[in-house]
Amino acid sequence: MDQLRALLGYGFVQNAYAAGLVIALVCGVVSRFVVARDMSFGVHALAELGFTGAAGFVLAGLSPVLGLLTGSMLTALFIGALGTRVRGRDTVVGVTMAFGLGLGVLFITLYPRYATEAFAILFGTITGVSRSDVAVMVAIGAVTLAALAVVYRPLSFATVDPEVAEARGVPVGLLGVVFLLIMAAAVAEAVQVVGVLLILTLMITPGAAAERLTPQPGRAIAWSVAIALLCTLGGITLALATNAPVSVFVTSLSFACYLLARFALGPRLRSDLRPDAAPAMRA
Amino acid sequence: MTAAIRFEHVTLGYGERTIWSDLSLEVPPGAFTAIIGPNGSGKTSLLRAVLGLVSPSAGRVEVLGHEPRRGDPEIGYVPQHSAFDRDLPLRGRDLVRFGIDGHRWGIPLGDGAVGARVDRAIASVAASSYARAPIGRLSGGEQQRLRVAQSLVGEPRILLCDEPLANLDLRHQQGITELIARWRRDAHGTVLFVTHDVNPVLEVVDAVLFVVNGRWAAGTPAEVLTSQRLTELYGSHIDVVNVHGRILVVGESTPSGFNVEEPHHMPERLVDHEAPR
Repeated sequence: MDQLRALLGYGFVQNAYAAGLVIALVCGVVSRFVVARDMSFGVHALAELGFTGAAGFVLAGLSPVLGLLTGSMLTALFIGALGTRVRGRDTVVGVTMAFGLGLGVLFITLYPRYATEAFAILFGTITGVSRSDVAVMVAIGAVTLAALAVVYRPLSFATVDPEVAEARGVPVGLLGVVFLLIMAAAVAEAVQVVGVLLILTLMITPGAAAERLTPQPGRAIAWSVAIALLCTLGGITLALATNAPVSVFVTSLSFACYLLARFALGPRLRSDLRPDAAPAMRA
Repeated sequence: MTAAIRFEHVTLGYGERTIWSDLSLEVPPGAFTAIIGPNGSGKTSLLRAVLGLVSPSAGRVEVLGHEPRRGDPEIGYVPQHSAFDRDLPLRGRDLVRFGIDGHRWGIPLGDGAVGARVDRAIASVAASSYARAPIGRLSGGEQQRLRVAQSLVGEPRILLCDEPLANLDLRHQQGITELIARWRRDAHGTVLFVTHDVNPVLEVVDAVLFVVNGRWAAGTPAEVLTSQRLTELYGSHIDVVNVHGRILVVGESTPSGFNVEEPHHMPERLVDHEAPR
């Protein structure tokens, strides 16, 4: 505890917590939609092509954080333009991802001192973020949350009930592209904590655990955010206390949350799923 | 009196493919019209034209005296039953509420007057006892009742139904049909009802539109559902048989391999239909 209090005096520790807080808020909300829209593969593609973007930016002497964002955003736009319809989307994602990652490999090869940077982007580097990176992340996070607040209701409608949503005039296709962009921003943020390869631990697991805990959409988002906060801030704390990488703890914590939600808490909280004794018999 | 829905010489197609051409139809307010035809005959496209989601390549569609508008609050829509994920955090209430404000931007805050409207709509389809359970845990018939509540909660004047009875057992088919027929009567609403089997709605329809291979025939069931009319329409020999008050459309396989018997299944359905009578 004392050790932790001493650590909190350091700038890099404060930066890590500040960034972690924003990232957890964004990922908590976004992961609910990622799970409901079944887009884990898309998340992976955005992250890996974010890596390509970061590698390209480093090669050009620019900020890897912005490179990540640029890479994932461009990918989101490309996937959105090619495959807004659900069927065949995975194929488009796969085709895009393969090419982009190849490009990333090229960038690494061209940049001689890349090994450390590459490791950081692949496995997370939250304790290494600078004050200016935190500022960028807070800005990206704020814009993302604002965008989510604007599209929240029609996006929910289009996610769970696309056919009726379209009939009611909801721009389902456009919202699909907007959500890809939101996802791209969230991915660029989450990569800072857990890295490209472990991205799903923040982009899927909180949302997946949350739906085990409540049948109410609003509460599911709240649970998802709470779980993302616990994993991110808890992971950072444990990493500071032990010197092991943050991603180790974030992935362990989020997996534990999922197991707990699925097998321990969930069955109790959702035991009252059918208040009616035998409604199936009703005409 | 203006027609609720009017099609004037409408041709609809995607790219090179024409789905149907020169369709003219006038649906008076308060009418229950069944749209029948085999799969792929463009029944859903007809509803999409009324919703303003597709534009005809020729002719004119009119809804309540104006051009079709996307998101028209005067139109309610009931889709085919499709299962929700069992663990989706969504209750029947939430689904019904989308019918009021699901298209609006922002975050829904509180319940207030909207909540009372949602509750009334749910009560009107007798779904109150399970409206707070996760939607994925409900039976197909229960989900469809909530779908009807969702489509009516915005107090539309026209109800478009796209195969709302598909995948339901007979008792639920009757229940859903009764709900829609009752709304039509009480609210003097207009119903366009797409179905591949006319029998569940035969007692409540005023008119049928039969669409086959880009051609169509419209009129009262007695006018359209005859061996002669359907033989002309299909371009091959068709028998329309009345068995115990059920209409069966039976045809031989056509050269294209299409079997007309398909839309009005014969043997299984006979057994089905006799049971509750």
